[in-house]
Amino acid sequence: MFHDAALVAGKDLRVELRSKVTLQQVAPFAVLMLILFGVALDPDRGVLRRASSGLFWVAVLFCALLAIQRAFTIESADGGRDALRLSGLDPAGIFLGKAAAIAVQLIGLEIVLAAGVIVMYGTEVTGWPLLAATCAAATVGLAAAGTLYGVLAAGLRVRETLLPILLLPVLSPVLIGATKAFEAALGGAPADGWPWCGLLVIFALLYVAAGTLAFGPLLEES
Amino acid sequence: MEPVVHLRGAVTLLGRFPALAGIDLDVTAGEIVLLRGPNGAGKTTLLRLCAGLLPVTRGQAQVLGQDLTDRRLARSLRRRVGYLGHAAGLYDDLTVADNVRFWGRAAGAPPSDVDAALVACGLSGRLSQQHVASLSAGQRRRASLACVVARRPELWLLDEPHAGLDHDGRDLVDDLVLRAVTEGATVVMSSHELDRAESLAHRTLHIAGGTTDRAAEGVASTEVSALVP
Repeated sequence: MFHDAALVAGKDLRVELRSKVTLQQVAPFAVLMLILFGVALDPDRGVLRRASSGLFWVAVLFCALLAIQRAFTIESADGGRDALRLSGLDPAGIFLGKAAAIAVQLIGLEIVLAAGVIVMYGTEVTGWPLLAATCAAATVGLAAAGTLYGVLAAGLRVRETLLPILLLPVLSPVLIGATKAFEAALGGAPADGWPWCGLLVIFALLYVAAGTLAFGPLLEES
Repeated sequence: MEPVVHLRGAVTLLGRFPALAGIDLDVTAGEIVLLRGPNGAGKTTLLRLCAGLLPVTRGQAQVLGQDLTDRRLARSLRRRVGYLGHAAGLYDDLTVADNVRFWGRAAGAPPSDVDAALVACGLSGRLSQQHVASLSAGQRRRASLACVVARRPELWLLDEPHAGLDHDGRDLVDDLVLRAVTEGATVVMSSHELDRAESLAHRTLHIAGGTTDRAAEGVASTEVSALVP
């Protein structure tokens, strides 16, 4: 299973490195969102600083949707989905590999967004360990849930519009937990953020387990 | 000897439409069987069924000893089957070599088999480092074929393998099929290049309306009537 996961993750990341969609389209989109939030909420730094945690995770959520769409678009084109089914790869390995590739891209985007929030919104970081742990747990949760719902929607003609409708409500616990943990890490008391980080870890574990079990049947049936 | 493909009254529904309405087929090891029939007869559906990609709604279906009515067993069969469909199944942003390496490694093929497949399909050298998006239709077909060759399948399922290829490419397909059979593989293929395909095949199975066209079989093949009860 882990060999298959490494193979799929390597392939997906190679596709992204060659196509540069994340680098040249998703990352600029993320930065653009930060700028637009800044414009919309007035350049008053007080408001931006207080809202920076939520704005950061909303931006991550939208970027995650793009990354997930992209991860399944490359499989839908030119019979890739059938080829994947025929490959003989362990479906759990495919799930873990695709989720890992999405997570790596999201981590890169989160670094860009975090730098943007600190520089543009003047946010101060008071809990680096909490910040890092929150990013890691939330990213795994986003990637795992996204991969699971991505394969569910991938077989449908209306997948581009259906995926956000399916996925955003499911990801709301991540948005809430990660925002609360970030508020504690960005200028608040870091100790208050760890329970929220724990919630994110539970969410991530649940979706990794669900995806590992359900990805195969969904790949076959959807 | 146990047949490589054994179908009796196999029915496959696509939605509520019976794409296969009771197919009988036996293919023994080392055979090359050509599927003939008009467009929409069910040739592609039959090949996809044999690859374990479609469910068997009714009847018996065994491929390489695996019962296809059990979907979990159908999945375990796929590593042993090579399917060349209408779609290329390639990643446009990767090179030809990357694609063949990925699908080969997915089936557990060593790097030497991947290199050999690229050479066998005339894709070695500079062409192997070209992105799939920049290939011609014929080159894409060769790249898809190389992915099948690299997997060294026991059963080759080729859906119009000559389509989109020039004369040399079509010769290449024939050579690869003959070489695979020499090495012990079995081939079931459909083709509209009838002269070429019939000279290659050991026997022909006629399909019409999702079922075996027994009347036509008697005309076109002397062997097939003995295999269909």
